[in-house]
Amino acid sequence: MKAFASLFTQIDETTRTSVKTAALAEYLRTAPDMDKLWTIALFSGRRPKRTITAARLRVWAAERAGLPDWLFEESYSVVGDLAETISLVLPPPSKHEDHNLTHWINVVKDLTSCDDVARKAGILAAWDSLAATERFLFTKLLTGGFRVGVSTKLMTRALAKATEQDEASLTHKLMGKWTPDTVTWESLIETEDPTADLSRPYPFYLAYGLDSIGDLGSPSDWNAERKWDGIRGQFILRSGEHHIWSRGEDLMTDRFPELAQLRDYLPDGTVIDGEILAFANEVPLSFNALQKRIGRKTVPKKLLTEAPVILMAYDLLEHAGRDIRTETFDTRRKLLEEITETVPRHAPIRLSASVPFNSWDTLSIERDRSRDLKAEGLMLKNKHSPYLSGRKRGDWWKWKIDPLTIDAVMIYAQSGSGRRANLFTDYTFAVWNGNELTPFAKAYSGLTDAEFGEITKWVRKNTLQKFGPVRQVPPTHVFEIAFEGIQASPRHKSGVALRFPRMLRWRKDKLASEANTLDDLNEMLATYG
Amino acid sequence: MADVLKFTDRGIYCPAGDFYIDPWHPVDRALITHGHSDHARWGMGRYLCTDGCAPVMQHRLGEIDCETVRYGEVRQIGDARVSFHPAGHVPGSAQIRVEVKGEVWVASGDYKTVADSVSEPFEPVQCHAFITECTFGLPVFSWTPQDILSEQINSWWADCAAAGRPAILGAYALGKAQRLLTSMNPDIGPILTHGVIEKTNDILRGQGIALPKTTLVTADTTYKNHPGALILATPSGMAGPWIKRFPNPSTAFASGWMAVRGTRRRRAADRGFVVSDHADWDGLNAAIKATGATKVFATHGYTTTFQRWLSEQGYDAHVVSTEYAGDADDNDGDAA
Repeated sequence: MKAFASLFTQIDETTRTSVKTAALAEYLRTAPDMDKLWTIALFSGRRPKRTITAARLRVWAAERAGLPDWLFEESYSVVGDLAETISLVLPPPSKHEDHNLTHWINVVKDLTSCDDVARKAGILAAWDSLAATERFLFTKLLTGGFRVGVSTKLMTRALAKATEQDEASLTHKLMGKWTPDTVTWESLIETEDPTADLSRPYPFYLAYGLDSIGDLGSPSDWNAERKWDGIRGQFILRSGEHHIWSRGEDLMTDRFPELAQLRDYLPDGTVIDGEILAFANEVPLSFNALQKRIGRKTVPKKLLTEAPVILMAYDLLEHAGRDIRTETFDTRRKLLEEITETVPRHAPIRLSASVPFNSWDTLSIERDRSRDLKAEGLMLKNKHSPYLSGRKRGDWWKWKIDPLTIDAVMIYAQSGSGRRANLFTDYTFAVWNGNELTPFAKAYSGLTDAEFGEITKWVRKNTLQKFGPVRQVPPTHVFEIAFEGIQASPRHKSGVALRFPRMLRWRKDKLASEANTLDDLNEMLATYG
Repeated sequence: MADVLKFTDRGIYCPAGDFYIDPWHPVDRALITHGHSDHARWGMGRYLCTDGCAPVMQHRLGEIDCETVRYGEVRQIGDARVSFHPAGHVPGSAQIRVEVKGEVWVASGDYKTVADSVSEPFEPVQCHAFITECTFGLPVFSWTPQDILSEQINSWWADCAAAGRPAILGAYALGKAQRLLTSMNPDIGPILTHGVIEKTNDILRGQGIALPKTTLVTADTTYKNHPGALILATPSGMAGPWIKRFPNPSTAFASGWMAVRGTRRRRAADRGFVVSDHADWDGLNAAIKATGATKVFATHGYTTTFQRWLSEQGYDAHVVSTEYAGDADDNDGDAA
């Protein structure tokens, strides 16, 4: 673990991507295969299964440190990271054992088969034999989340350096449902054929927001489609088996059982990039309808009829078993049209229609219709472009409609976690309902670090009441809240739920009394809901 | 028995002696624990502080009516017997002991219990009631031992020097900066300083505190002129255009808040050294215990948390609201 801890320290001590990449590449050249495999697994979001609840870890750590539980919780709210809090409050280790990363991961995995007494003993023994950084990393392995400032992209770049392989092909190799228990370093990285695993998806191509339509050149080079608000996914059909992946590399096949029938209509060796949409009578349903199905491993019958889904097909990545990502968009689109036009209408798939236009002005008018069509805006794709991987500028752009906005008053503040620990960054907002303030949204993004710092100082001085980590503050500051959609929601006191609320601006020019009202919000619900 | 000290909206007040300790609004007579700007403020009729504290305070506040005492020297002010005792916070810093009719209260200002080679070491003072800060009053704060800290700073500096990159270290001008200077190995390269820090260095050198050789950064200073240099800057200096004269630097902060990874990352510095002029969790608890006090007032920092903890330990503990700034990790004053 010493080598891995030293890698972590090098990465943590710099803000420079080049230094992080170099340190990780060096580690991936020199560490034992099993440690290397676990390292790329951890940095691509694959961690050992959680074997212990956070609640137990808190209790055991507080007990070991001789602290009352409430004091541990106070400490946690300042540090903002459970593993770090634990490693900071524990007394120094009484001995030191040097084992590699894989050893400690096996310790974590072996806890699964233990009873609670043995688990506790095992964890306390580990804490007592690890130095500060190693102890933090070990506890991170226990708590599940392993986000330590290394993105999958950065890891892949370092891996490309270390193995002298192409970054794009490594990205592809790293996709899918492998774990260090199912593959070896050799089979995953050194073997040439990434399609050996039939369920393996391709890396998604992601678009940037469009800055200026004027930079795009001739309209005839571009294809426009609606931008739908669902779950981006990849539908894979190989050797008669189908798999559905989310953009975040979650396997979602069982969550959308109605899509299984597409096996009967699509040719084998097909991979489609598309959007999973709740859809009825040829119209998308609100994201709320789809939301009910997210996070459910199995779907009750009632939901299947209330929120049926389709695959809105955007692009074709594999055709007749061949990777066609280097073909032009036009070519891929024609093939996609071919394979979808023979599918009967009752099957849950639609081709994402092209929006015809001959000038940017006519397209702009089309964009203005987005909200009526339940779309988020338009997608623009260069007709001559290949299907790239990751977020790249140039060939694909999203051209979203302007968000809805409302002026609201901040009434509660809560400190964030991680980089935002001990900084008040998460706020609850309210609008006026007569003389009362009705909370309707929470938001935590959109302000600068300087603004968060300023508000934090103000919150510390102006706290009216504390409810655990939440501070009630006087209704003073007004913020312009932007959001993508509004829905009726009986679960919320305000009666509405917003999609993607965030702070657009701090309205220092406005008094709390000048914020919007619940009536204004209801009017928006009537117009856009 | 009447309270020896009272907490007013102007500061900590002693009715028996008719004076204030570290007041934040203008009063006639102010006793000052140390020269940091949230404790030594402008506008008091008369000031009383230690002889080690006065020069910096006079430099910062300009023309003031200031009288000094030595550590341990007893002054009778009205019905109060007053003496100053080392707080270990910065050079010249003091805890103020006030005795009225046999009842002893101590206002400790800011303090730390570990020795730092420039400040007079903290001395526990027996008392009935103890007024304590708790800037770092949570069990997650535990300071790096001085020798390890020294090693960390010097190896960072040496790495920067070897790579030809300016090493810029941010620290508060009074106390922290000098403590860091004495931890540095001048064999690695030249040490350059920001004007605010160099002025404080001059004053403290004048008081007989030994510091390594430092060079003031001027308009002509470049890294080329001073290869291998470490640049000691104030946090505000690091945030301003001043830093731009040293291109491609490695940046570091030295503060107790650097113990928390989130704060370290938020600072967006390359390195964070865990070093503070305040007591850590164990330091606070040990200091309070050593006073023998049964009554404790927590002034600035994690006051409500610390008060609850002390109550559970059997102290008669209270929270007092003051305007000392030690509670913020984002302030640009002298704290932390």
